[in-house]
Amino acid sequence: MSSYPLLSLAIWIPIFAGLIVLLTGSDRNAPLARGLALLGAVLGFVVTIPLWMGFNISNGGMQFVEVTSWIPRFSINYHLGVDGISMLFVLLNSFITITVVLAGWQVIEEKVAQYNAAFLIMSGLMNGIFCALDGVLFYVFFEASLIPLYLIIGVWGGPNRVYAAFKFFLYTLAGSLLFLIALIYLFVQSGYSFSILDWHQLPLPMNAQIWLFLAFLVAFAVKVPMWPVHTWLPDAHVEAPTGGSVVLAAIALKLGAYGFLRFSLPIAPDASHHLSGFVITLSLIAVVYIGFVALVQQDMKKLVAYSSISHMGFVTLGFFMFSAIGIEGALIQMISHGFVSGAMFLCIGVMYDRMHSRQIADYGGVVNTMPKFAALFMLFAMANSGLPATSGFVGEFMVILGAVKFNFWVAFIAATTMIVGAAYTLWMYKRVIFGDVANDHVAELKDINAREFFVLALLAACVLWMGVYPLPFTDVMHASVNDLLQHVANSKIK
Amino acid sequence: MFENFVVPNLLPALPELFLTTMALVILMLDLVVKSPRRTPIFVLTQATLVVCALIQLVTSTGEVAFTFSNMFVDDLMADVLKFFLYATVIVVLFYSRGYVLDREPMAKGEFYVLALFATLGMMVMISANHFLTLYLGLELLSLSLYAMVAMNRDSVVSTEAAMKYFVLGALASGMLLYGMSMIYGATGTLEITELTMRLASGGANKSVLIFGLVFLVAGLAFKLGVVPFHMWIPDVYHGAPTGVTLFIGSAPKLAAFAIVMRLLVSGLWTLAADWQNMLMILAVLSMAVGNLAAIAQTNLKRMLAYSAISHMGFMLLGIVTGVVARKSGGPDPVLALNAYSSAMFYVLAYVMMTACAFGMILLLARAGFEADELEDFKGLNKRSPWFAGMMLIVMFSMAGIPFFIGFFAKFSVLQAVVISGQYWLAIVAVIFSLIGAFYYLRVVKIMYFDAPVDTTPIAAPLDMRVLVSANGLAIALFGIFPQWLMSICAAALKNSL
Repeated sequence: MSSYPLLSLAIWIPIFAGLIVLLTGSDRNAPLARGLALLGAVLGFVVTIPLWMGFNISNGGMQFVEVTSWIPRFSINYHLGVDGISMLFVLLNSFITITVVLAGWQVIEEKVAQYNAAFLIMSGLMNGIFCALDGVLFYVFFEASLIPLYLIIGVWGGPNRVYAAFKFFLYTLAGSLLFLIALIYLFVQSGYSFSILDWHQLPLPMNAQIWLFLAFLVAFAVKVPMWPVHTWLPDAHVEAPTGGSVVLAAIALKLGAYGFLRFSLPIAPDASHHLSGFVITLSLIAVVYIGFVALVQQDMKKLVAYSSISHMGFVTLGFFMFSAIGIEGALIQMISHGFVSGAMFLCIGVMYDRMHSRQIADYGGVVNTMPKFAALFMLFAMANSGLPATSGFVGEFMVILGAVKFNFWVAFIAATTMIVGAAYTLWMYKRVIFGDVANDHVAELKDINAREFFVLALLAACVLWMGVYPLPFTDVMHASVNDLLQHVANSKIK
Repeated sequence: MFENFVVPNLLPALPELFLTTMALVILMLDLVVKSPRRTPIFVLTQATLVVCALIQLVTSTGEVAFTFSNMFVDDLMADVLKFFLYATVIVVLFYSRGYVLDREPMAKGEFYVLALFATLGMMVMISANHFLTLYLGLELLSLSLYAMVAMNRDSVVSTEAAMKYFVLGALASGMLLYGMSMIYGATGTLEITELTMRLASGGANKSVLIFGLVFLVAGLAFKLGVVPFHMWIPDVYHGAPTGVTLFIGSAPKLAAFAIVMRLLVSGLWTLAADWQNMLMILAVLSMAVGNLAAIAQTNLKRMLAYSAISHMGFMLLGIVTGVVARKSGGPDPVLALNAYSSAMFYVLAYVMMTACAFGMILLLARAGFEADELEDFKGLNKRSPWFAGMMLIVMFSMAGIPFFIGFFAKFSVLQAVVISGQYWLAIVAVIFSLIGAFYYLRVVKIMYFDAPVDTTPIAAPLDMRVLVSANGLAIALFGIFPQWLMSICAAALKNSL
């Protein structure tokens, strides 16, 4: 295995790149700031490639592990490692960062250095969340990542940005503070250890497990977000600049779902089984009800935001059926959603940059003036509605397969998303893209330039690759998911 | 006639003696210094504090040394707290220098002499092993502070603040004295170590003791500024000249922590079950009132005053849980040490943050302009991204967001609370920190999301800029590597429990 501390590099290269970008200062140096940011993002992605290349798919445990003592006073370690569950997200995150930097290239003209720095620092922090194997280290990254996103929404956001930024911050902070108490409780129970892997082995009585599970649930449900604590997400998405929406949808939402797999299931397996019905119910409500809510949206960003909540409902549904196909399907769905929703927000951003409107009613007949764009947007819309041969299909299909084995009616309700999802996405697509040119503004639209084409094409390639040949992705997960399931199957009540 | 007179060992009190001498020398020197900027006085004051810190370092043995017939104690806790005290006062005087020079009535040598006497008072408080020593230190500090608050004599708000501070402070001192006299009545001693032994052997009248304890706790609560004895804090913080507010808001918290440790934890630990409940109520009330009232403020100094109340409440949680740990299942020195050192770490972190916050106000203040309204920070990111960044660090740190020291301060107190098994207390604490996060976030919002009203470039001198930046970066640095400071706190308290 490689001797470089790859995970540390994946975390700290973007963060230090961000700090360097910050030092370029005023907007007179904007081109320099953009260049450095792109360099940092690309470098950050390059160091994650060996993670994929050197990953041992037959090993379900942690790989690329780094352990150093950090705060011996509380036996907190700087403990990093990835398994088949987390590794792909590090790559996804580092990859999305490049697209975000490119997406803001010409659009962001004010405080360019701060904008790019915020995204780079956030990218590093998010990588930290996926790699952390120490409870406090995880929490520290988890909380710290709120700061850049708060600033991104508040500084570069839309008219109602202040409200959205506060709501986002306080909602997520509210969830995570109970999580902190749960972490300290585990620290005490495990004989003063903050190692997440130690906690996995810790026997706990049922009532303690239930309290822990609920504390985790509050933290992660807000982040996912699950119905009924999802209301911050549409606000945040609508007000955030394009890049902010992309990161929110593609990465930030995955943190909560990832938390379920890293904390809830293995630390409180009995409570997870006990309360799985509750979580599945919430997930189904998200899938169906939020799907219908998406149908009536007038604002494109809001529509995609609700569609994200609905898709994330699929993810939590997959987790709590405790089958390999369900969990793997949910993981595939998470990665696919990262590409697809990111791309959807980029597409809306492309139109918004030209028209300064996100209202569906302001558009119509865009295909006449932007044919290349319409073609790419079509692909992403199809993927969002789960068309076979796109990445969106694979995950949903696997989760539904798992659900059929689990309970027919759960599968039946979940499967309605195939219809509702197609309805809201394609109807929106039809109203915006097809038809006659709706007004003069649409008539003056210019098709996407080379930069925009490059970004969207990159994502399109990923969507198609995952849709046609998902095997490399599932291969990586197999061993870790099987280990997790075996672990969860054993009761921890002693 | 003097055959019974023994010359006391002066070594443990060397920094105090040196500081007293120098304060008097500086007072005399001020008569002959002609320079209106009082530069020699300023330099000499700072040099005195630096030499004090050096003496403290050199003479620190780690042993517990008593002197002046056991009225004065020098242990590691005293050494560490005094060392941070000098550092704080040095930073505070640097911050307030420009502010003081811009305001004619304050630009006198007395400002520095009073600051030195206040420091001396705090040093005596930290090293007190006797109720009278403690009271003397407290009064020396308070009287110096009353004068400092009133120094800007042309300002109506400052004068009013000084009056309020004086009247309420005198009342609190009275309560403290009354409590002390009750305890003296019950035990027959004023010496803290002696008191501990007499209480442990039993025999003292419990109801008199508790009666005295209530007054003692009320007096201490006033000095700490916790609810319901907090009324003076917002008015004094707001009314005092910012340079003095900075002084009141930072260094005395170290001394207040020390007297709580000496009086309650070392002296009256047999009554822990009683004062622990009192402090717990005070702590919860402080977090509630402090955080909720801070939301309604439009003046930054007032907001920081309420934030101080809530922070002191949080810090008290650490002190409360130390005793619980000791109580359940017999005395547990390891857990007690864990809790008290967490509280001490919290105080150090708080002092660091508060100094930087007021430092930022002083940095923006000019002659005739106070920069203490929240509005004055509007669009700071446009005017100076660097200093907006520093204020951002302070605000997120106070809100308890990592990677800043405020997070680990909250974390260490919370872990002590959870270890003691009081989960509901931990939950209450985090709920109020969530509410608190709102008004810290608002400051960030004002700096980053709003457009500037005032576009004057920042005129602060270079040393001020460097120091505020260093302070801000220290908050971030200790937030990433808190171990050093944490282990100092743990080591400092080891011998004092």
